Amino acid sequence: MLREFDVHVITDTVRDLCIQASHFLSDDMKAALEKAKQTEKSDLGRKILCQLQDNLKIAGEEMIPICQDTGMAVLFLEIGQDIHLVGGNLTDAVNEGVRRGYTEGFLRKSVVKDPIFRENTNDNTPAVIHEEIVPGDKLKITLAPKGFGSENMSQIFMLKPAQGIEGVKDAVLKAVKDAGPNACPPMVVGVGIGGDFEKCAILSKKALTREVGKHSDIPYVAELESELLETINKSGIGPAGLGGTVTALAVNVNTYPTHIAGLPVAVNICCHVNRHVTAVL
Amino acid sequence: MDHHITVPYTREEASALHSGDMVFLTGTIYTARDAAHKRMDEALNSGQELPFDLKGNVIYYMGPSPARPGNVIGSAGPTTASRMDKYAPSLLDLGLSGMIGKGKRTEDVRQAVIRNGAVYFAAIGGAGALLSKSIVSSEVIAYDDLGTEAIRKLTVRDFPCIVVIDAEGNNLYETASKEFCTL
Repeated sequence: MLREFDVHVITDTVRDLCIQASHFLSDDMKAALEKAKQTEKSDLGRKILCQLQDNLKIAGEEMIPICQDTGMAVLFLEIGQDIHLVGGNLTDAVNEGVRRGYTEGFLRKSVVKDPIFRENTNDNTPAVIHEEIVPGDKLKITLAPKGFGSENMSQIFMLKPAQGIEGVKDAVLKAVKDAGPNACPPMVVGVGIGGDFEKCAILSKKALTREVGKHSDIPYVAELESELLETINKSGIGPAGLGGTVTALAVNVNTYPTHIAGLPVAVNICCHVNRHVTAVL
Repeated sequence: MDHHITVPYTREEASALHSGDMVFLTGTIYTARDAAHKRMDEALNSGQELPFDLKGNVIYYMGPSPARPGNVIGSAGPTTASRMDKYAPSLLDLGLSGMIGKGKRTEDVRQAVIRNGAVYFAAIGGAGALLSKSIVSSEVIAYDDLGTEAIRKLTVRDFPCIVVIDAEGNNLYETASKEFCTL
């Protein structure tokens, strides 16, 4: 039995999610920052972490975006196969939600129409939309607005199978060290391993939307996440890159089967303003 | 060490600021980021005047979110400075005395900072709501069509930042992370 679903509901939801994500960090991120403040060994580092908490408080109370870079809107849509969308085009509906969210919510418009000629679209559209058809009759929308200070520091590595898990660890550490202060640490590190060139990039972006502190279901991957976090936090980069023992709040790794000849690894770095909000309709 | 200084400042005042010091800036600063730097570069190359006098002044690499009604400005934290590295040395040679941003700079920029007795400050990235509280006025003075990337004249009061590269060329990003590195 098909469930009829009006796309205007998607527009309204996306609008609200844009405003929510830009002003309120999710509880998992807030808990991770609090834990960071308890464990950070640098005095300056602790002071910076306190300022980040003050910043969150002001953002929520006064409705001033947590960060002026309210990002490019990245959406993951899980569309139940028993849904029949009516009332318009899905992509247009999502972009209309982004347009309204960024305009009505006083969010920064950071999207340019063409990568070379760079004229601002003035409404932050278009969004980057990843769609997946799943069983059921629900529609799950996850919005992860992504700032480009950290996005610019993300990297992809087409490793050789012989490099194995050690190659993966080296790749992640290289990306984090290269990013350093530019990515507004303490960061959240999303890692995609496997698939092909674009699949591992999407896996790494989606890894950033996983609750911080929740590990992979695959035992060796969960162990890898813990080990990478520990190693990254020995780098000394610290809060704001000004030295310390908390460089990352979490490392989230997603994997996928791959080709006999390959070991793709994508490292998508996010700043401490790791915005991710979800609605199920 | 903490300093409270007014902007614009002299080269002598800048020389008292050392890598790692906290500085609270009061006075006038100017915002410019990618697109505004490109325009300023084009202006200089075609012999035109810049929209503001660089002498003793500080550029804040920042593009704010829109102000809500009744507010001076929206969220207003620093953007990554390295994208302006291509343009910074020539602006410093023309008298620019400081830059506020976040992230690493090239060796060319560090040398230009030393040569001109200037300062590279970091503000805390991702703390734009907090930082907006130190901005008491904001006025677009050039390149209005660039939207968030327009040049704004800001009046700041006790705007908090940290000296990363001082006039002697010391670089906090290198020294501080070494202190805590246990790899």
